[in-house]
Amino acid sequence: MESFVFALFNGVLYGMLLFLLASGLTLIFSMMGVLNFAHASFFMLGAYFAYQVTAELSFWWALVVAPVAVGVVGAAVERWGLRPVHRFGHVAELLFTFGIAYVIEELVQMVWGRVPVPYEIPESMSGPLFSWQGFDYSIYRVFMLAVSTAIFAALFALLTYTRIGLIVRAAVSDPTHVATLGHDVPRIFMWTFGFGCALAAVAGVVGGNVLGTEPAMAIQLGPIVFVVIVIGGLGSLGGALAAALLIGVVTRLAIFYDYGVGGALAALGVEVDPAGFMRDFARITTAQVAPVLPYLLLVLMLIFKPRGLFGTRDV
Amino acid sequence: MSARLAGLAPWIGFALLLALLPQVFTSGFATVTMSQIGLLIVFALAYNMLLGQGGMLSFGHAIYFGLAGYFTVHYLNFVYEGDAPWVPVSLMPLLGGLVGLFFGILVGYVSTRRAGTTFAMISLGFGEMVTALTLVLVAIFNGEDGIQTDRVIGDDIFGATFGPSVEVYYLVACWCFLCVAAMFMLTRTPFGRMSNAVRDNPERVEFIGYSSQRVRWLAFSLSSFFAGIAGALHAINIEHVGFEQVSIIQSGLVLFMVYIGGAGNFAGPIIGATLLYFLQSTLTGVTEAWLLYLGVLFVAVILFFPGGLAGLIVMHRPIWRAGLRVMAPLAAPYAAFSAALLAAVLGAIGIVEMLYYLSSRLSTETELSVFGVVVDPGGPAAWAAFAAAAAAGAFGVRKTWPAAAAAWSAALAEARARLGP
Repeated sequence: MESFVFALFNGVLYGMLLFLLASGLTLIFSMMGVLNFAHASFFMLGAYFAYQVTAELSFWWALVVAPVAVGVVGAAVERWGLRPVHRFGHVAELLFTFGIAYVIEELVQMVWGRVPVPYEIPESMSGPLFSWQGFDYSIYRVFMLAVSTAIFAALFALLTYTRIGLIVRAAVSDPTHVATLGHDVPRIFMWTFGFGCALAAVAGVVGGNVLGTEPAMAIQLGPIVFVVIVIGGLGSLGGALAAALLIGVVTRLAIFYDYGVGGALAALGVEVDPAGFMRDFARITTAQVAPVLPYLLLVLMLIFKPRGLFGTRDV
Repeated sequence: MSARLAGLAPWIGFALLLALLPQVFTSGFATVTMSQIGLLIVFALAYNMLLGQGGMLSFGHAIYFGLAGYFTVHYLNFVYEGDAPWVPVSLMPLLGGLVGLFFGILVGYVSTRRAGTTFAMISLGFGEMVTALTLVLVAIFNGEDGIQTDRVIGDDIFGATFGPSVEVYYLVACWCFLCVAAMFMLTRTPFGRMSNAVRDNPERVEFIGYSSQRVRWLAFSLSSFFAGIAGALHAINIEHVGFEQVSIIQSGLVLFMVYIGGAGNFAGPIIGATLLYFLQSTLTGVTEAWLLYLGVLFVAVILFFPGGLAGLIVMHRPIWRAGLRVMAPLAAPYAAFSAALLAAVLGAIGIVEMLYYLSSRLSTETELSVFGVVVDPGGPAAWAAFAAAAAAGAFGVRKTWPAAAAAWSAALAEARARLGP
């Protein structure tokens, strides 16, 4: 029970990080129809900017400066890159963001090198906050959870109770109507894109020092974020939250409770030839399968329920 | 009769080129490189059956290429140990193609219901899943190390042993010719036309009684078949297969080849595969920034000439056919634009190379040379020179572009007037 709570805590933490990424992506996607392949690259940029700002000033500055800087970069990419491609259709836009992801990864390597950078957890938060049943819950992890929960609440409030949120939600469901009402939709797109990138950067700032800040971090996390928005249902923030938590908890539990297929087979009385071609199937453990699980969920979802958990339209 | 001969001329030329290349480039490295280009042409054309002709953007097409490669490597090893019936190496690519076809039919069934972004996302999901599996199922994929093999398993039906790489080249060349011809003919069949129709307007296709999913599924399966042939040839040529061959690395590379070459034209992927692999094999040893240049080139193609290189050629074909007098006025504005572009690119490359040099200072390189000239990234002189070249070039590109574009439109109008409608 105690270990379950601990694993659950870590799963929720990972899920909330995924949600920070997925919320921006799903807003951008449902509004503009653009699946931003480079979204995780902005997450990576956030982590690297945070490393640099932390080295020069402090972590607290990084928490503010990095997301703003990444948001501006994102808005610039939309204004001068994505907008001209818009007339060639959604596939061209997707291709463009794929190219941008490539370029960002290489630029990061050009500036910071190919090896991970030492972006550390701030010293003031490195200790345990409390201990419960033999497991230490570190200050920083609780802080991460607090930040991501606060952002979720703020985002929810922004979209539900403000005029900006009203326009954004309207533009999500029907951009042409919003344009007819006199709103500058391309501009809304630009700021939404920038804002989504800034959210990804927040995840980079608070998560980069735990997950490791290295050039491969974008390509590792990017596809999982796509999985989250498809499973949650496109355009649905609540769905993105549910799917992010689901994937976070499931993968972390699979790693934590390392059950093997071999044990299950032995319990069923099935013998596997230890030298045979099928030997690996018996050796598979849930920890090994954990990286495959999100994609398996995605494929099953697309086959049986293409609109996702809370989606209102098919992908 | 003469029209038919004229139609055959490019094919005879292609066959002659494939046959004569090893007489010109005889080194072992060149032979392996040419084999690699040949099989990548097959892979790129197979990919373009989806992207260019069927309107399906895939981020995971390497899995059919790679799985056929894994199959071939295992089969060769089984034959070597006497666990599997002997099959001539020259027919292995067919088996590889069938493996690709099998997985293509399987995955295609679930993923071809929609095109566009949905299809792209599912293809990415499958690609990532297979890549993740290579690290889990060690007996089949052997993790990050991949699997080695030996292609010499006894004399082939044509008397070749496939020991020397030139024999492998001819094997690749034969398969390359066959596959290119087959894929070209496919574009001329009713199926090929329906595939284009589904790309352009799936709704109308449904109205006239076709199932757009069926058409996509068939295109997807056939494309996977040819990708499998290419993957088997890759395994035979390199005698190794690793997780890179199924991963997003390979999928992204083939996408770049097709798009930069030109997805809208049958010859585009051939140009793209040849050019990109040639650049890759020559530039990776020279610069660390090759992938950055590749990415920037890709983004530039999307932004400025979405037809790719083949599209640029097609744009100029009427002008070329109209003769020298129509072409002549293009020379001056094109030369001015090219000079400006060259200056901008050279300046940018210089800056990028110096930045890479500074960020990896711990590497064993003692001095940095750009375009054969030793430069000193520590001092301001080199930075100023490259920055000046880049800025002047960028300014020049903006200034000379309208004239070049206007000259092209004028020449095209002139050519149309001369050649008739």
